[in-house]
Amino acid sequence: MIEIDAITKTYDEIAVVDDVSMVIEPRTITVVVGTSGSGKTTLLRMINRLVEPTSGEIRLDGDDNRSMPAHELRRRIGYAIQGHGLFPHRTVAQNIATVPRLLGWEKPRMDAKVAELLTLFQLEPEIFGPRYPHQLSGGQQQRVGVARALAAEPNVLLMDEPFGALDPIIRAKAQDDLLAIQKHFGTTIVLVTHDMNEAFHLANKIAVMDKGKVVQYGPPVELVRAPTTDFVKTLIGDAERPFRLLSVANAAAAVEPGEAEGEPIQEDRSQQDALAALLWSGRDALPVVSVGGKPIGRIKLSTLLKRAARLQ
Amino acid sequence: MKIRFDKLGVVIALVAACGVFSSFAVLKPNRILQGQAQSILDALPSGMGWGLLLVLVMAGTAAVLRMTAWAKLIAAAAALLVLVLAMGYAATFLTPSGNSYARVSPASGFWLLLFAFALLAADAMTRLRPPPWMRILFLVIAAFGIGGVLMSGSWNGLSIMKEYSGRADVFWTEAGRHVMLALGSLAAAVAVGLPLGIFCHRFTALKDAVLNTLNLIQTIPSIALFGLLIGPLAWFAATVPGAANIGIRGIGAAPAFVALFLYSLLPVVANTVIGLAGVPREANDAARGIGMTDRQRLFDVELPLALPVILTGIRIVLVQNIGLATIAALIGGGGFGVFVFQGIGQTAMDLVLLGAVPTVAMAFAAAVVLDASIEMNFRVQNGARSA
Ligand SMILES: Nc1ncnc2c1ncn2[C@@H]1O[C@H](COP(=O)(O)OP(=O)(O)OP(=O)(O)O)[C@@H](O)[C@H]1O
Ligand SMILES: [Mg+2]
Repeated sequence: MIEIDAITKTYDEIAVVDDVSMVIEPRTITVVVGTSGSGKTTLLRMINRLVEPTSGEIRLDGDDNRSMPAHELRRRIGYAIQGHGLFPHRTVAQNIATVPRLLGWEKPRMDAKVAELLTLFQLEPEIFGPRYPHQLSGGQQQRVGVARALAAEPNVLLMDEPFGALDPIIRAKAQDDLLAIQKHFGTTIVLVTHDMNEAFHLANKIAVMDKGKVVQYGPPVELVRAPTTDFVKTLIGDAERPFRLLSVANAAAAVEPGEAEGEPIQEDRSQQDALAALLWSGRDALPVVSVGGKPIGRIKLSTLLKRAARLQ
Repeated sequence: MKIRFDKLGVVIALVAACGVFSSFAVLKPNRILQGQAQSILDALPSGMGWGLLLVLVMAGTAAVLRMTAWAKLIAAAAALLVLVLAMGYAATFLTPSGNSYARVSPASGFWLLLFAFALLAADAMTRLRPPPWMRILFLVIAAFGIGGVLMSGSWNGLSIMKEYSGRADVFWTEAGRHVMLALGSLAAAVAVGLPLGIFCHRFTALKDAVLNTLNLIQTIPSIALFGLLIGPLAWFAATVPGAANIGIRGIGAAPAFVALFLYSLLPVVANTVIGLAGVPREANDAARGIGMTDRQRLFDVELPLALPVILTGIRIVLVQNIGLATIAALIGGGGFGVFVFQGIGQTAMDLVLLGAVPTVAMAFAAAVVLDASIEMNFRVQNGARSA
């Protein structure tokens, strides 16, 4: 659990993070969104003390984050810096192994971890491990940056626009990988992004920042249903609202007993995907199957339309 | 068929032509009197003279025409070798038999030819784009070549070698001192300058003060600096017990060492500061974010990334020190300068050369070796700076 308590950071009398308080539950993904210069990076960097707050306190599992030396704190918190920040004079493998090396891991364990992470991010370990960062594309560099942050299996992971340079296909894959990693290790992730689709896809909770303040902090549905300010409304986009609602709910939640014709959809896909399948094939209802492929019912177009509306 | 010319080659050939028509060697009645200039054909037995001219014309043609770099390099090497051997032969040929006072020295034409073909060789080597190890290999081959000529005794008739043979012992002790002065002061400057540079990088408030002071020292003429050091060092030797025993005095090697050390500090400190400032901000940021301590960040990230720039500073210092160490002789500090200043005092130019030529050769070799090592270092992280 990360408790951010009345935290303020001022540069030259200007508060770039202004009296922010929020509680980040363990094993959840919190996404911070907001315009450029709204203080997202600064807020993130106060968690691992790369920036010292002017006032306020941040507690990790109840302990003030200033209760241990900064470098020890940072080794326990993964940090994927905005724009990769790889060490140009170290190979990809050495970059990823940086924190394990600082922690004094044995060589075989380090090598295994490097290979595991590179494979996870679809980079062939034999080919990419010995390369230098300048021999990679921007997207590959970014993935290595994320892999480096994950190397020591930290409980808390801070990510600053980690997927910014990725093409849509690799980005979607990287997001799904991140969700899988998060489930597997139970990592608490705080992620900064500009991309609202990414925010809705990943977040348990979204924090919207505007001019140094967190103007709304809550589950994605809440942001769509009850935006606290016009800024939040604009950020979500009027035309997108119904689809955002459907995008954060599983198909399973809209299933009713019965049968339907045609291609089925898996229960863990979003309701937005179900709607798209219905509209595209011109059907009124869609069979739903479990992850194992067993039929569990159907979703009706009319149900989804109701669910996409403001009031239920 | 159209013949295509090499622009630099034409210049080289013109210089070489001037060299051919100037005097090749000088015959002097003794080591300090003016002598008689001799052309190539006068200085050598006629067959050999024409032979030399033929080789030079062929090498000159190779310079003028567009050819592969290897062909040019071989032509230049052949011309240089023949030139050097001919000079040695001219010495024996010109010296009247039984006359132990007469001296033969290379004259302007020889130097022009030497310069022209050395330039051709250098140009050819640059075009080959040799990797660092190959440049060092070229240097070693050249060193063996020169060493071979000198050891073979073919130059023994020349005045400069006569100056040498009279003081072979002194020559090598002074060479040792020269190296000690140049390398020792460099080592001291690195030992002090590197931490000072790191310090200046971390505490920016100090940076300007330190760099300005070092800049000021750099502008003091060396003679004046020696003078300024006599007082403090004499006092130091007199007051600190044991200081005099390890050779610290107002004059001699100590002030020379200190002066060279002081001159060396600026390039070392300044390049350390510039190198550290050039480390990409994100790399530093990532190093901190990942949990490196300041010390780990310094040794694992900052210094390795700044190393090429720091090495460039060290290269400047080394070459500068090898040259500057000649001045040490003025205050009894030893080194090759001893021969230079004795030679000037006696108007014996060959003695001056005995001091100057090894100094230049040493500085050149040091530059080649350090450049190669900087490049090797940089290759590893090729493109590092653009990342
Ligand atoms: N070291 C600093 N000194 C002075 N001002 C700073 C410093 N760091 C950040 N700021 C200012 O604080 C504000 C917030 O910066 P921050 O980097 O947190 O923005 P951000 O929300 O991450 O923006 P982006 O989306 O562009 O990355 C900006 O106006 C920035 O200029
Ligand atoms: Mg930012």
